[in-house]
Amino acid sequence: MLEKALRGNKSYFAWIGFLLILVGMGFGFYLRQLGFGLGITGMSRDVSWGLYIGQFTFLVGVAASAVMLVLPYYLHNYKVFGKITILGEFLAVAAVTMCLSFIVVDLGRPDRAFNVLLYPTPNSVLFWDMVVLNGYLFLNIFVGWTVLESEAKSVPPPKWIKPFIYLSIPWAVSIHTVTAFLYAGLPGRGFWLSAIMAPRFLGSAFAAGPALLILICLFLRKYTKFDAGWEAIQSLAKIVTYAMIISVFFVLCELFTVFYSQIPEHMYHFLYLFVGLHGHSGLVPWMWASTVLAAIALIIMINPKTRNSPGTLAIGCAAVFFSLWIEKGITLVITGYIPSPLETITEYHATLPEIGIVIGVWALGFLIMSVLYKVALSVKAESA
Amino acid sequence: MDDTRRSFLKIAGLSMLGFGAKPVVDAVAGTGDPKFEKDSKAFNGKRWAMVVDQQKCLKAKEGCKDCVTACNSAHNIPEFNNPKDEIKWIWQTSFEHAFPGQENPYLDEYIKKSLKGLPFMVLCNHCDNPPCVRVCPVQATFRRPDGIVVMDYHRCIGCRFCMAACPYGARNLNWRDPRPFIKKENPEYPTRTRGVVEKCNFCSELLAVGKMPACVDACKDKALVFGDLEDPNSEVRELLRSRPTIQRKPQLGTRPQIYYIL
Repeated sequence: MLEKALRGNKSYFAWIGFLLILVGMGFGFYLRQLGFGLGITGMSRDVSWGLYIGQFTFLVGVAASAVMLVLPYYLHNYKVFGKITILGEFLAVAAVTMCLSFIVVDLGRPDRAFNVLLYPTPNSVLFWDMVVLNGYLFLNIFVGWTVLESEAKSVPPPKWIKPFIYLSIPWAVSIHTVTAFLYAGLPGRGFWLSAIMAPRFLGSAFAAGPALLILICLFLRKYTKFDAGWEAIQSLAKIVTYAMIISVFFVLCELFTVFYSQIPEHMYHFLYLFVGLHGHSGLVPWMWASTVLAAIALIIMINPKTRNSPGTLAIGCAAVFFSLWIEKGITLVITGYIPSPLETITEYHATLPEIGIVIGVWALGFLIMSVLYKVALSVKAESA
Repeated sequence: MDDTRRSFLKIAGLSMLGFGAKPVVDAVAGTGDPKFEKDSKAFNGKRWAMVVDQQKCLKAKEGCKDCVTACNSAHNIPEFNNPKDEIKWIWQTSFEHAFPGQENPYLDEYIKKSLKGLPFMVLCNHCDNPPCVRVCPVQATFRRPDGIVVMDYHRCIGCRFCMAACPYGARNLNWRDPRPFIKKENPEYPTRTRGVVEKCNFCSELLAVGKMPACVDACKDKALVFGDLEDPNSEVRELLRSRPTIQRKPQLGTRPQIYYIL
């Protein structure tokens, strides 16, 4: 089936070429990082995780969101999602690949990455994250490809695939729960030490992922022959709306506990994030941008009129996506380090090579997604 | 023919799976520890700990950094002269940074008057319940039976989970190649490569040959006292018996083993 990705019109190949250039650029910067060390990034002794781990955390959410299609379609026989479930699964494949790439580019000694397999350590959350992410990647490639292959042959999917599909549902929840546990179990980091971290991660994941899918569906509807169906898009939009409301609610719960209890080591991080601390306010504009975008998103998505019209729906979904990208991709990780455990403040500024590598990995993800979508849509066009 | 190739591949696949499972089995049902012979002069402490007597650390105000310098040269610690790449195993900081949340204006007054506004010495706490060891995905950092938390520089993958987990800011990554920035190399201790984490090791390499930690040895005012907590006659036990001491962030349950006399 993969050969279908080799046939396409000019704009398809122009897009692939563009992505390849970005991947190449990112790889060039990565070679420089390999030569110099992680000191080429903006990370420091005090802020020892940055943009890479932020993108990783955000994309785990995007990957997990495939379950929002798989669950209604396979568990509740919700036929409307029949056409786009494969898009969700292939989006998950691209997202998990980006996650794993971000982990690798973040390692100080990538040549030793396989030590994680050589010395399995069940008490480390990172070990389990490796297990669930790779498992989820496998499940989505396997299920997506098998179901699509049956569609290409115009036969129903084989029965033995069902257990894998059902397994992928709790597995999606597990990837984001385990990723939240990376943060939520560290004694000295007040910003992350919160039991609501995993639910919060899931809430924002189920908003950001489907919002991206809606944007993709709207794009495909306008520029290709593939129509996901308005009802499917509307159902997704409702999922995004509820998930976004829940996500914002969880953040407000966090804010209440922190500011009503007034425990300094929890409160300082939030102060730094929203108003700045001791004259340092590097993340304040980002946080307020995220807040304003979330407000715009809620207004557009809750109001049925604006949610039902393609133009405003696209704006609403973009607002959801970028609001949560800032929240999880940038502020969540960095603020955990500011102030430091010794209550000193070192700010973080991403460097050019670091941003180049980030763009390269995103381009790699879009490349994988584009190729897989091309295959899926060609199969669907032929079997229709 | 096809049938035999098929079954051959099946068996080959299964055996490969078996090899892959071996480390997992080892992790659950571990084999015995490797054996080695100890130096006859080695100190045999059961639970190493340190007491920092801030009342004796009186020259710090005049810029004395003997302990820091001794540590740096004993362990080939590079000097970058910028806080971003900086590596430090033992360093000076003010009371409110060493003990955040415990400062108050009257204690401040005491520190200014009675302790001459001393900086405080901070280093790895060699916790009894170390979060850094708990989170390491490859067991590159581990707690020895004598309580010292050490690093395996050859196994560390540089993921920096331990740096996120340490509530004392005691850990460092080699953000770049440290070797060109080492002033004078000490051949008795390994240099590190870029991309691995390092921290204070209570001079386990010196204890193994019957020497005291470099910082303890370097302090002429005997402000750093090192010893075995399991030995009731040790100097650290005597100090802990006779003087009130505090620890950094004991409420986190890490059971830190550096004690401070104010």
